[in-house]
Amino acid sequence: MEQEIKTVKLRPEPPKRIGRHIIVVRVQHNFGVLTRITNLFASRGYNIESLTVGVTHEPNIARITIVVKGDERVIEQIIKQLRKLIETLRVRDITTIPHIERELVLIKVHTGDEKARDEIMRLVNIFRAKIVDVSIDTYTIEVTGDTNKIEAFIDLLRPFGIKDLARTGTLAISRESAKYKYAKQIE
Amino acid sequence: MAVKRGADIIVDVLLAEGVDTIFGLPGGAIMEVYDALFDAPFRNILTRHEQAAAHMADGYARASGKVGVVMATSGPGATNLVTGLATAFMDSVPLVAITGQVPRHYIGTDAFQEADVVGITRPITKHNFLVTDIKDLPLIIRQAFYIARTGRPGPVLIDVPKDITQQKSDYRIPTDDEVEKSLPGYKPHVEGNYVQIKKAAEFIRKAKRPVLYVGGGVIISGASEELKELAELTKIPVTTTNMGKGAFPETHPLALHMLGMHGTYYANMAVYNADLLIAVGARFDDRVTGKIQEFAPEAKIIHIDIDPASISKNITVDVPIVGDVKNVLKKLIKELKKKPFEWEKAREAWLKQIEKWKNEHPLTYEKSDKVIKPQYVIEEVYNITKGDAIITAGVGQHQMWAAMFYKYSFPRQFLNSGGLGTMGYGFPAAVGAKIARPEKEVIAIEGDGSFIMNIQDIATAVQYRIPVKVVIINNEFLGMVRQWQEFFYDSRYASVCLSVQPDFVKLAESFGAVGLRAKKPKEVRPVLEEAMSINDRPVIIDMVVDREENVLPMVPAGKSYREMLLSPGEKGKAETMYLVG
Ligand SMILES: Cc1ncc(C[n+]2csc(CCOP(=O)(O)OP(=O)(O)O)c2C)c(N)n1
Ligand SMILES: [Mg+2]
Repeated sequence: MEQEIKTVKLRPEPPKRIGRHIIVVRVQHNFGVLTRITNLFASRGYNIESLTVGVTHEPNIARITIVVKGDERVIEQIIKQLRKLIETLRVRDITTIPHIERELVLIKVHTGDEKARDEIMRLVNIFRAKIVDVSIDTYTIEVTGDTNKIEAFIDLLRPFGIKDLARTGTLAISRESAKYKYAKQIE
Repeated sequence: MAVKRGADIIVDVLLAEGVDTIFGLPGGAIMEVYDALFDAPFRNILTRHEQAAAHMADGYARASGKVGVVMATSGPGATNLVTGLATAFMDSVPLVAITGQVPRHYIGTDAFQEADVVGITRPITKHNFLVTDIKDLPLIIRQAFYIARTGRPGPVLIDVPKDITQQKSDYRIPTDDEVEKSLPGYKPHVEGNYVQIKKAAEFIRKAKRPVLYVGGGVIISGASEELKELAELTKIPVTTTNMGKGAFPETHPLALHMLGMHGTYYANMAVYNADLLIAVGARFDDRVTGKIQEFAPEAKIIHIDIDPASISKNITVDVPIVGDVKNVLKKLIKELKKKPFEWEKAREAWLKQIEKWKNEHPLTYEKSDKVIKPQYVIEEVYNITKGDAIITAGVGQHQMWAAMFYKYSFPRQFLNSGGLGTMGYGFPAAVGAKIARPEKEVIAIEGDGSFIMNIQDIATAVQYRIPVKVVIINNEFLGMVRQWQEFFYDSRYASVCLSVQPDFVKLAESFGAVGLRAKKPKEVRPVLEEAMSINDRPVIIDMVVDREENVLPMVPAGKSYREMLLSPGEKGKAETMYLVG
């Protein structure tokens, strides 16, 4: 409290903890609500890894799954900003609670010779994927799974030449079974 | 159920909301509504620019605590509102803006005067609506008012296509209950968490060097009495932000006045050395904190705010309390009174230290009898109004002097664009404030640069005989920018010299207002006296001041309080880099 200063004093800062977060948002299914959410991310410089939207069983309610990477403080701020929107009903970060994650991907891959076709078929079987369209030199494959599985599958197909690819982005839902101690978790 | 035009439904719902004044300017897309307003019992203020209309509605809202209403036509009318909406948004001011839109079947066709107003204003409103069905119109208007005034208030815009204003429909005004139920995701009433309040009380009892850091939230929540009770009970000194001015009487012995970039030496010293900071309705803005890592480096922080997103946004908080400030303060006081405590004794050393800082460097300036010092003008405005006027300000040096040298003593007394920093705000806000509080003297402290940004609306003030006073701190400069250039850009005065100006006296007269001028210090008082005697028209006073006066103290942007520039040196420049410890 005396007039002299010895060393510069700094506020103690909590350490940064960067991680991947899955945020689930229930919103009133109004005109423009999705723009409000994407605007919020854009204007505050938050980076979205994926965002999926769909109507729920209640026709006036939509559910949005957002995957973001960031420091915990930023994530907390994102959640607060989402809650602040008039049309949001519920916002939850389900990253740390038991949940199921799924993504659907459609991949057009070059088939080339017979050897390649066989190899691709084998991968399709291993990954429990499906071939949904065939042409002279391509297969179109449908696969679902969590992000790790999807990434692995894509990497394995890459050497054959991927012609086009479409992914839905992550969908997630909490596990009801985890609520009951003895319920079996079925993957 | 009545059957009416959309335009008439709008009028009916506005009446039901208790609206008495509307600011705006008509055009094609909103003509139907103006037609309906023609017979309606509102005070309908026709402005000369929509930006001024928005600021007037804002001044009206800030001065009264009621929701301000502004109207504009589609396209350019609506885009002219943008700055006013953003200003209100940053400072949490409740406004409802109603804009005309092109008819529904033209939307998306680049029709004449079409603009995506809902898109443009989405990030600068608390919420906005495009009406797509006349059946929704009454509910949407009621929702807009409800959203604007509750929780953390803010502007809400309703875009109404012209064909909806012309269409006839039966309608019913929804009840309060229906309005609340129609917004299931919006829960503006938050009770402060008791456990946290108890913890806060413990922190306050333990603190040796506590400071109350008070923002505009206290004013919005109407918690000035509670704040005063808390401060007096616990003997904690109070510093306010620019937005918090008036929340705590500045003549009170516990008042430290403003903190931050242009804060007083003693407020900044107190915050820098505090071991407990109690932030009430404030948001740790960068103009307050300076370098955030060195802001109140040793203090534990209690943060009371209605907006959870304000808490731990810029700084990590030890005791977050989400809730309406008034409510929380009441509970906190109750909690503190539960156990007897010797507050006087606990604060003795700290208050003595603060007294010392106050005596070392009071808020001051170099006086002159040759040239008018801007600070002197503000002091004289304070004296002549006995500290009882509502003051508005533009943005720049004059705004800071108005904040520093007028002593505010009641809430809603100082209106200025704190968050957005909008030049051109002061004068129209004064007009709006005077309409809301006709019994009060309302004075706009304007810069020569700021005033001219909405000068056209002198006509409005004359037309409706709104007797506001405008005191122009005329330094023929964009003074605040010039000051930064002097301090940080080697005095290279790029694009700041307003060497061509209107003759403000003649200009005022040409509008039918009164124009006055003072060039010498001894003229200041008589000119103000003359101005105060006029009460049927606006009075514009051109105060020709010392051109290169600087606002001090100053913590340069992004710097620590340690690096506060304190007093003018010989050449009127800040020479001392003070280390405070
Ligand atoms: C609309 C707008 N444009 C630009 C600025 C940047 N700015 C901040 S203060 C200032 C100078 C204001 O000049 P004046 O109104 O004469 O006030 P002074 O500082 O001279 O008292 C400027 C240009 C602003 N705040 N608002
Ligand atoms: Mg100026």
